Amino acid sequence: MNAPVVAFKPNSPREETRSNWTDRRIEIILGTVLRTGVVLSAVVVLWGAAIYLSRHAHQAADYRIFRGEPSEFRTIPGVIHSVIKVQGRGWIQFGLLLLIATPIARVLFSIAGFVLERDRLYVAFTLVVLGVLLYSLLGSGARF
Amino acid sequence: MTILEFTGIVGLVSFVAGLLGSLTGLGGGVVLVPLLTILFHVDIRYAIGASLVSVIATSSGAAAAYVKEGFSNIRIGMFLEIATTFGALFGAFLATRIPTTAIAIVFGVVLLYSAFISRIPRTHAQRNLPPDPLATRLRLNGSFPDLEGERTYNVQHVPAGFSLMFGAGALSGLLGIGSGAVKVLAMDQAMQIPFKVSTTTSNFMIGVTAAASAGVYLSRGYVDPGLAMPVMLGVLAGSLLGSRLLIKAETKSLRLVFSLVILVLGLQMLDTGFWGHI
Repeated sequence: MNAPVVAFKPNSPREETRSNWTDRRIEIILGTVLRTGVVLSAVVVLWGAAIYLSRHAHQAADYRIFRGEPSEFRTIPGVIHSVIKVQGRGWIQFGLLLLIATPIARVLFSIAGFVLERDRLYVAFTLVVLGVLLYSLLGSGARF
Repeated sequence: MTILEFTGIVGLVSFVAGLLGSLTGLGGGVVLVPLLTILFHVDIRYAIGASLVSVIATSSGAAAAYVKEGFSNIRIGMFLEIATTFGALFGAFLATRIPTTAIAIVFGVVLLYSAFISRIPRTHAQRNLPPDPLATRLRLNGSFPDLEGERTYNVQHVPAGFSLMFGAGALSGLLGIGSGAVKVLAMDQAMQIPFKVSTTTSNFMIGVTAAASAGVYLSRGYVDPGLAMPVMLGVLAGSLLGSRLLIKAETKSLRLVFSLVILVLGLQMLDTGFWGHI
């Protein structure tokens, strides 16, 4: 365990306060990151919904049979391609990608916070979580 | 049903689910998948994909408000997220392998359990327990603002809590829910984390947990934009309104009604799962 002892030594109230203060500051930044991500993705999804509904409103909706989405809606390059082509469903999917990216951004900011606190143990923990998230989004498609 | 009608009705149902889920604290995601499959005959895999996305939205929206109040413990959150994200990957992997009828049965059991746990009184974390050496090494112990000033707490039974969180993550990935009920078991019962801290910290973790399986669902083609759009927007709007309203007096009867709804949906899911018409 290489993390510095100063951050949370129980018997030194001054150090503990400093660490708590940094913790609080990180928490406030994380809150802002989360809010921004959610608002941004909701706006993009709404925009996509407007395009989608203006074109397909009167077609029949059917989700009874599972077909799986085409590759343009399940890979990041595919989604970007359909965003450029101004497809409503592509824009919705782009908004959903932003939403999935929001917790990933939160984890990235947490790493920065723990680095500032020189808390190596928690930098390591957070990197593991980041690895799982990135694998899920980028690496899982081909394998399962 | 045309796409316009479908979008409108699903959006409305999702709004109500998000509102009730937020007012009762039981979460909207747990009723969404059964409603979509039973009422709208949506394939359960599409329903789970859409629900998972809405779980990220509500949890991130709520966590943004909570972290600023100083109740959530980011170290507990970060540490347990290792367990929940691996669990979520495992759950998402399972979801692509096991038959949909089996998913429905597991869903039914989880709904019945959620209805049950919402009716039993919450056990309060014991005060002034001696610190657990492992929790101290991991620096999980913390404090939060209370009426009598800052209240400190010592986290207990770290390995048990960690294992339970893996299970919570797996259920989240398999069923597309926040699995708050299992988190309560892990954080309140096993780890003895005070109520306010465990609720807000678990909310903080749900977004990351759901993102870990949402990636798999997206790249497997389980997230349909036409379905996820009204679900995500509806649940998000409903839960935001719910967190503003906070009508405390009504919550008790509302909770009873909502847990009855969960119970009925649980029985329905077991029924569809066992008879195979899903």
